[in-house]
Amino acid sequence: MDRIKGVELTGAEIVVRCLQEEGVEYVFGYPGGAVLYIYDELFKQDKVKHVLVRHEQGAAHAADGYSRASNKVGVCLVTSGPGLTNAVTGIATAYMDSIPMVILVGQVPTHAIGLDAFQEVDTVGITRPCVKHNFLVKNVADLAPTIKKAFYLATTGRPGPVLVDIPKDITAMPTEFLYPETVSMRSYNPVVKGHGGQIKKAVQLLLEAERPMIYTGGGVILSNASQQLTDFVRLTGYPVTNTLMGLGAYPATDKQFLGMLGMHGTYEANMAMHNCDVLVAIGARFDDRVIGDPKHFAQNPRKIIHIDIDPSSISKRVKVDVPIVGNVSEVLDEFLRLIRAGTQKPDAARLEAWWKTIEEWRGRDCLKYDRKSKVIKPQFVIEKLYEVTGGDAFITSDVGQHQMWAAQFYKFDKPRRWINSGGLGTMGFGLPAAMGAQMANPGATVACVTGESSIQMCLQELSTCKQYRLPIKIVSLNNKYMGMVRQWQEFFHGNRYAESYMDALPDFVKLAEGYGHRGVQITKPEDVEPALREAFKRKTELVFMDFLTDQTENVFPMIPGGKGISEMILSEEL
Amino acid sequence: MRHIISVLLENEAGALSRVAGLFSARAYNIESLTVAPTEDASMSRMTIVTSGSEDVIEQITKQLNKLVEVVKVVDLSEAEHIERELMLVKVRAGAKEREDMKRIADIFRGRIIDVSDSTYTIELTGAGQKLDAFIQALDSGAIIETVRTGASGIGRGNRVLRA
Repeated sequence: MDRIKGVELTGAEIVVRCLQEEGVEYVFGYPGGAVLYIYDELFKQDKVKHVLVRHEQGAAHAADGYSRASNKVGVCLVTSGPGLTNAVTGIATAYMDSIPMVILVGQVPTHAIGLDAFQEVDTVGITRPCVKHNFLVKNVADLAPTIKKAFYLATTGRPGPVLVDIPKDITAMPTEFLYPETVSMRSYNPVVKGHGGQIKKAVQLLLEAERPMIYTGGGVILSNASQQLTDFVRLTGYPVTNTLMGLGAYPATDKQFLGMLGMHGTYEANMAMHNCDVLVAIGARFDDRVIGDPKHFAQNPRKIIHIDIDPSSISKRVKVDVPIVGNVSEVLDEFLRLIRAGTQKPDAARLEAWWKTIEEWRGRDCLKYDRKSKVIKPQFVIEKLYEVTGGDAFITSDVGQHQMWAAQFYKFDKPRRWINSGGLGTMGFGLPAAMGAQMANPGATVACVTGESSIQMCLQELSTCKQYRLPIKIVSLNNKYMGMVRQWQEFFHGNRYAESYMDALPDFVKLAEGYGHRGVQITKPEDVEPALREAFKRKTELVFMDFLTDQTENVFPMIPGGKGISEMILSEEL
Repeated sequence: MRHIISVLLENEAGALSRVAGLFSARAYNIESLTVAPTEDASMSRMTIVTSGSEDVIEQITKQLNKLVEVVKVVDLSEAEHIERELMLVKVRAGAKEREDMKRIADIFRGRIIDVSDSTYTIELTGAGQKLDAFIQALDSGAIIETVRTGASGIGRGNRVLRA
């Protein structure tokens, strides 16, 4: 126990000491009145480094990206009132994707709470629905234990953002510093080990399957279970698909990988999902972008095994036959142990027949696009990005068509390389998340795949990139439209492109230069690869690549919202 | 179907709003909600009356369990249980109505706990249907004011909910 006998520290000193105790490397933040004491203490030390963003949304996304790329807790620090409200989008983004984060927020002094003080908002109230838990610290003696709890809650069970609201007077008050070594909460005991009987049943069911399918989500990545998943898939010889959040958990270049599933998933992944007789869902939650209409999905009979650490994710949208509550990595360890110890093996002949069917589906080549186009096809840019970076970059994205193309065409072989806002779908996420990813992996190649609309939502962070010399490569697929909105308007709203055209776009080259970076515009397909090669050679510079792409290109395949797999739209059908 | 759910939770500021917020955010019904500290002052016990399909009730109990401050959740309606609700009714009781009103209160085992020259205030405890029946039995013109606590519930016999 780290106790400084007889020496009292102020609340602000305690905050910084707690961060040091937790081994926090970076705090992403923005100062303001209510957090001045904390900033004063940050100033006096150099263990915890502060990254000054240009908008609090950027702080939350950067902390989030840092966490996703490093498997550490992302920490951000913002002031009361607008500081917090600006960060809310970032907090909600992290919550939807279960990212472990600790958000420290200044609050007006305790005596002023509730009196509509300057820069006062009900932080705990505003954030309650978008955090795993939050605290208001009313007594300085509670400060260190509360911060300890925040880190504990953020990282255990189903991870998520935890917020600590700290009134200004608390940060000035002295108390003895005592950082607890452990946390015990009678009301919080997440299940880690899966139920042995259920696991046995699941393995039995899997080994007897005729048409098995493995479907995995972000939980595999959060649980660092990629190796176990890979072993499990190879051991069984079964087909596997990843959700948008789960990409990289299984090597995308492997034959057993059927690509991403869901609304813009591959034909083969969705067909296999639909036609399998035993489905095992691992750290995934059958959300609306994955299976569409649950009634349609339920039409085909199949046995479902569902592994998730959060019991409320199980049987939420889809009834399952064998629920297993537990940490994905521990449950998969058990699966592997049982399969290796047992004598039963999957029926080779039936499996071969199943693979034959799958290969027929794969033969549709559902991701094909016009490779002879005179204008730059967005898919082509991502393919070249994959080649030029050797498939080994950290890729962040914003939200929309470019996000889907990145997910479809960049083959992620490793976990934590694909960083996107899957649940909340937050435009503006990509650039600040790339900052966090680059901070977590100095020297690594980090690219932000974005569009001309998304990039403008957190554009101010180009300034942060300059200050911290972050050599991020921005791959902007500029079609002068909010592409995904335009696509839906084309398909479902009679080609009426209401407010989706991006008029009065800035000159992105000059804009990048204005922030002290390099900017380049690419207009011809033959210039795509050279431009990427040139950009990625520049190890110390941020390069903003403005690719003028086909304005009318759509993302295929597509299963329209709320529809079933039989309504999938493939490119050649248009 | 109607369900009565008991929740043990940390007696902390904001715990109630987490539960209430959960119900509104996920569009679950709340018919009534009562809460007060238990014999252990660090813990509160809440009784929620809600309705929904089996799937919805399953989600409600799972989501309640997921709240960090919630210690235990039990669906009382899954087994034998007792529920009681308290109601206070202020009724017109002038010289003309006094006798009748007293008699109806007696029939329902209500207690008159406050008297003025023109009103009675009647205290009545029981299951919700009994309180409803009492209201029905009164002439609607006779009721001046009613206040109900919502149901509190407990399992029968050896069925207990403790931390």
